[in-house]
Amino acid sequence: MQFISYLFQNYYTLIIVAIGAALLGAVSGALGTYAVLRRQSLLGDAISHAALPGIALAFLLTGSKTPLILVLGAAIAGWVGTLIILSIVRLTRIKYDSALALVLSTFFGFGLVLLTFIQRTGNANQAGLDTFIFGQAATILERDVLIIGILGGVALVIVFILWKELKLLIFDEGFAASIGFPIRTLDILLTSLLVIAIVLGLQAVGAVLMSAMIVAPAVAARQWTNKLNLMVVLAAGFGAFAGVCGTIISSSVTDIPTGPMIILCAAFFVSISIAFAPKRGLIWNGIRQRKNRRSLKLAARRVLEHPQKEID
Amino acid sequence: MTQDHLEILLIAIVTASACALPGVFLVLRRMTLMSDAISHAILPGIVLAFFLTHNISSPLLILAAAATGVLTVVFVELLQKTKLVKEDAAIGLTFPVLFSIGVILISRFASNVHLDTDAVLLGELAYAPLNRLKLFGYDLGPISLYVMGVLLMLNLTFILIFYKELKLATFDASLAATLGLSPVLIHYGLMTLVSMTTVGAFDAVGSILVVALIAGPPVTAYLMTDSLTRMLIYSVVIGCVNAVGGYWLAYITNVSIAGAIATVTFLVFVVVFLIVPNRGIIAIALRHVRQKWEFAQTMLVIHLFNHEGLPEAQTESEIAHLHEHLQWEPAFSSRVVKYALNNRYVSQEAAQLTLTDRGRAIAQKALVQ
Repeated sequence: MQFISYLFQNYYTLIIVAIGAALLGAVSGALGTYAVLRRQSLLGDAISHAALPGIALAFLLTGSKTPLILVLGAAIAGWVGTLIILSIVRLTRIKYDSALALVLSTFFGFGLVLLTFIQRTGNANQAGLDTFIFGQAATILERDVLIIGILGGVALVIVFILWKELKLLIFDEGFAASIGFPIRTLDILLTSLLVIAIVLGLQAVGAVLMSAMIVAPAVAARQWTNKLNLMVVLAAGFGAFAGVCGTIISSSVTDIPTGPMIILCAAFFVSISIAFAPKRGLIWNGIRQRKNRRSLKLAARRVLEHPQKEID
Repeated sequence: MTQDHLEILLIAIVTASACALPGVFLVLRRMTLMSDAISHAILPGIVLAFFLTHNISSPLLILAAAATGVLTVVFVELLQKTKLVKEDAAIGLTFPVLFSIGVILISRFASNVHLDTDAVLLGELAYAPLNRLKLFGYDLGPISLYVMGVLLMLNLTFILIFYKELKLATFDASLAATLGLSPVLIHYGLMTLVSMTTVGAFDAVGSILVVALIAGPPVTAYLMTDSLTRMLIYSVVIGCVNAVGGYWLAYITNVSIAGAIATVTFLVFVVVFLIVPNRGIIAIALRHVRQKWEFAQTMLVIHLFNHEGLPEAQTESEIAHLHEHLQWEPAFSSRVVKYALNNRYVSQEAAQLTLTDRGRAIAQKALVQ
């Protein structure tokens, strides 16, 4: 009897973690689509690193480790970091990549300063704050799943409502501006949605690996379709599937951390997609190239054998 | 200040200089994020080399990690070459995957040894002097000082020898190629240096803050000068200032040294960003204000010039009339008139303005333009 209840408890945790990872994967996959299409894949990396001082400050100011407060702190810091990156690019000749690297590393460094400061003050409550650096999917609780579900759901609903505006923004910004869409506002809104997806995922996969959660599902989905709506749905699917697979593998093999395993699953989907996707994939392209070469050869031979006839 | 503190400070300064040098070229070549990718992706290389040598401070570790770094660059370029993945996405995919492999290797096979991801990712400069180079029983100082010193020399030598090639390949890759220099070779040479420097530095400052050392000083220096030589020199100087400032901050507040150096890096950038002549925020704002008043004065002289010698000149040249004609607020127009009087563009008799020769010249010049 004890054994059964033990088993049930174990599976219950696993199910909760799997649901959380799946929701996270779906939200970051769908929103990552926009980042990848706008060539801002690495913005996710910057936001997730820049969030660290926000988490530390939120803890310092409130003294609580309630996920919602920490997520809020992370979101504000990530958002501020993004705005700084955008203004550096706008106001100076410094390029996007350099601004990103600068903000990413220095914000993270400041976060580290705050964390060591918290450790030094000996606050007994501080343990576990640094899980945000590496992530610990096993610590996902029911209430975390609820937060992920609600905030992620709100983000997805906003994407759905502003579908055509966002579509125009990512594919033809100039045209969107010329017909009077507030592109600056839309840009900030889209970035804010990305910030939400990232800070939600920090607890599970950590700052370092979060960027892959944004990029990988979208890159995999991109290979299968040229349509935005299909790509968003596919990316969400890949993300969710990677979350579930990673959770299950890491729970059935000892000593395999969940976050990295989720990333490897997502990367596996990317390699499959790049290799096998119809029309774009490497194999498909290889076959097409060989076909083209053969038909070219045939045509050339025909011309060589009956030069007069072909010219007529 | 004890010997320990002095050694830490020295390591910080040498590390900062060694990182800043290749960083300049990364920033100019728009490849800054490659340092971020490399610094994360070297983890599996370090882990595998550790399995082979069972020695955390073996030189093989640095070589293996540097090889992984170059491999990362190759991998990113291969992904890009398929044309299925854009450059930013290729970087964003490659390094988390390699990093994940490293983390899994550690937690699965090396969880009982002293090699945790914390140390790799965050580093701790305060422990750097503990690992010492001993020869025949003599203590020759901390190993990382030697490692970083050698790397600094290596970077300096590479840049001095290939300065002209690097410069050309950075600013005009196609010209470099037509002249018979191989941009690819220079690219990989640079990437090898970045990898080795990153690996050498991660031990002391951790892999994320290496990025602050590589990107921070060159980005700051980029705001200050247009000359490559000056940018290199400024970067090293700024790197050293950041290191000293960060160390001092960490010393008085007792926090992570590497984190404090990164924080100071950002603060120094912000200060330069604000006050640097020509490109700083304050300079830009001042220029905007100055241009606003200059433009208004030009408008004033053109207005006077247009009506000069005509019947309506009497009314048009009254100060009160400017409000109606140029739609200026009275306060604004009296300020413009004041500036124009100071510059001797106009002269004033009662409420009447007359153009001076100088003002007339300005107006003619503006109209021709």
